[in-house]
Amino acid sequence: MTETTHRWTMAIDLDRCTGCQACVVACHAENNVPVVGEDEVRMGRAMHWLHIERYWVGEYPNIQARFIPMMCQQCENAPCEPVCPVFATYHSQVEDLNIQVYNRCIGTRYCANNCPYIARTFNWFNPEFPEPLNEQLNPDVTVRKRGIMEKCTFCIQRIHDAEHVAEIEGRPVQDGDVQPACAQSCPTNAIVFGDLNDPNSRISQLAGSRRSSRLLEELGTEPSVIYLSGGDAHVS
Amino acid sequence: MSVETKAAPLVWPEEEDPREEHLLLDPRPRAELNQIVLDAMHRTGFGFWAAVTVLSLLVLIGLGGAWGYQIYKGMGVAGIRRPVYWGVYITNFVFWIGISHSGTFVSAILRVFKAEFRRPITRGSEMMTAFALVVAGMYPLIHLGRTWRFYWMVPYPNQRQLWPNFHSPLMWDMLAIFTYVIGSTLYLYLPLIPDVAMARDHSTGWRHKLYRILALGWRGTEAEWHHLKTAITIFAFAIIPVMFSVHTIVSWDFGMTMKVGWHSSIFGPYFVTGAIFSGVSAVATVLLIVRKTMKLEYFLRPEHFDAIGKLILIFSFAWTYFFFSDYLTEWYGGEAVGKELITFQAHGPVAPLWYLMLIMNIAIPWLTLWNRRVRRSTWWLFLVTIGVNIGMYIERYIIVTGFLQRNRLPFDWGVYNPSLVEVLISIGSLSLFMLLYVVASRFIPLVPVWEVQEGQITHSLRRIGRALVPSVAELE
Repeated sequence: MTETTHRWTMAIDLDRCTGCQACVVACHAENNVPVVGEDEVRMGRAMHWLHIERYWVGEYPNIQARFIPMMCQQCENAPCEPVCPVFATYHSQVEDLNIQVYNRCIGTRYCANNCPYIARTFNWFNPEFPEPLNEQLNPDVTVRKRGIMEKCTFCIQRIHDAEHVAEIEGRPVQDGDVQPACAQSCPTNAIVFGDLNDPNSRISQLAGSRRSSRLLEELGTEPSVIYLSGGDAHVS
Repeated sequence: MSVETKAAPLVWPEEEDPREEHLLLDPRPRAELNQIVLDAMHRTGFGFWAAVTVLSLLVLIGLGGAWGYQIYKGMGVAGIRRPVYWGVYITNFVFWIGISHSGTFVSAILRVFKAEFRRPITRGSEMMTAFALVVAGMYPLIHLGRTWRFYWMVPYPNQRQLWPNFHSPLMWDMLAIFTYVIGSTLYLYLPLIPDVAMARDHSTGWRHKLYRILALGWRGTEAEWHHLKTAITIFAFAIIPVMFSVHTIVSWDFGMTMKVGWHSSIFGPYFVTGAIFSGVSAVATVLLIVRKTMKLEYFLRPEHFDAIGKLILIFSFAWTYFFFSDYLTEWYGGEAVGKELITFQAHGPVAPLWYLMLIMNIAIPWLTLWNRRVRRSTWWLFLVTIGVNIGMYIERYIIVTGFLQRNRLPFDWGVYNPSLVEVLISIGSLSLFMLLYVVASRFIPLVPVWEVQEGQITHSLRRIGRALVPSVAELE
């Protein structure tokens, strides 16, 4: 494979997000993310690659709930990459994404500590997929075992799939060909995914919006997730 | 003016006899010195076997049972959770690396600066370095999610066609510790050779065979002494930068990250100071026990603990200085999460520990160690030095597990409590350290007899008029 010309980027419209968590469920199903059960979740061992952070704005009774869907920000300058001693997390030249190689990981968890978004999850135990979840494992995604880190991949299997289809059909990948599970399942279309290098893509339009910002931008991590906010839509 | 040699009968006009006070002014025949050390090695009474049995059981439970269970089940049996991905294991790792600084500091730095009080205590502290490093070196392995793949951090040609990532502070850490293990083991072994040869000449049976191998055919010729002394001098100088580098690099595991509280340029010297503070305190604790149980009161005297006590006080000052420097910049900088971290320590769930640390590391040493009587009292010094190490453990615990509980985005705040497995492994590793030390103390001459004798030869008491004046001849 050659180096990519794509600049995969995601935009999340916080003013549209209702915090319904459909994206979280879709992510679990698409990426074989195990469900760990109530007790472990209470311990802080939930495995969500994508989770909804809820913040309260204002004081009771004038209070609003705001939601931030949070996942790996696919940083251009990712703090998790240099600290891994075994190159299990590194920046892929092929997809220009932040890659986690499960088979290389030895579980130092250094990357997780150095992620300012705390977006990485760890396999505390061997995963269990109780009936009927075991019937719907995605064959395109590795099932991970205990002791290794994992995180959002921007549904890299779907990116590859779209590229293969485009190659067979002898055309370039078009806007909308690639849709991660979270974007596909979002009932309010709050999540948009696309190629920032394509000036006509929806994501390029959104990236130029006055409402756009990136999370903890001041750290210089250059995240690939754009958050849109500034409207007054809210859930109260 | 009449000048007499030390062999003349002496009358000390004042209450204190310098020969009671100073080991180097109280020479005894070499045979007697040898006998004290050899007797100590052969003393295996009920207490010894009871200690070995109990410690072995604890090692078995902690490192066999609990660690085995963790490997089998997964890291989830430990108390770590999002966002506290590092827990007690890394705390223990930093703590034991800190303890390992004792030997090098006491031995190498004091040797280089020719501090005479070091002579009887070097061996005991160098042994601490070696065994503390064994325990510390286990913790990165215990901490790994896939312990059975630890060798992937070693650079060797492999089927993955992959070298380790030398950008990672963990790799620097591994190299630094590896260097330190090799260097400090050699540094323990070199001055040991003449003592092992002495033991060889005074033992029979399996001990004789063991010491004959270890002594490398030492005969004590002038050429051998010359080479040995040159080697010791080279190692004493070379090991000092290695020692500084080790704990600096351990601190960089934290300092190189972008985590607020960890990302600090002062962490290098701050950690080194803390390591020496805790290491020298541990030397005092261990030597107090050794003196009592192995009957080495002739070699290990109040003057030595007095000197160690002063060192501890000085390092308490230095540690406090770094501690507050680190806080002040964080507080003055005024970043929201930095302020939250300070509030978290003073009022949060770790606040009781935090105040206990301040008491153990600052209040108690400052209030007690200025007093000569405290420094010379077995029980006082024992309690103070145990307290310092409790305080230093808390310091590492708060830095590792506490700072991880507060992050830039408040949704990522968390809690951490060690689980039973983590506690058992920690107890098991402490027991391993003690077990190694107890067993080795019956094989290795705990006091470097030749160094003490060398000191005694260069020191003498001379009578000038009615006064007795200690006189020192400089050899080197």
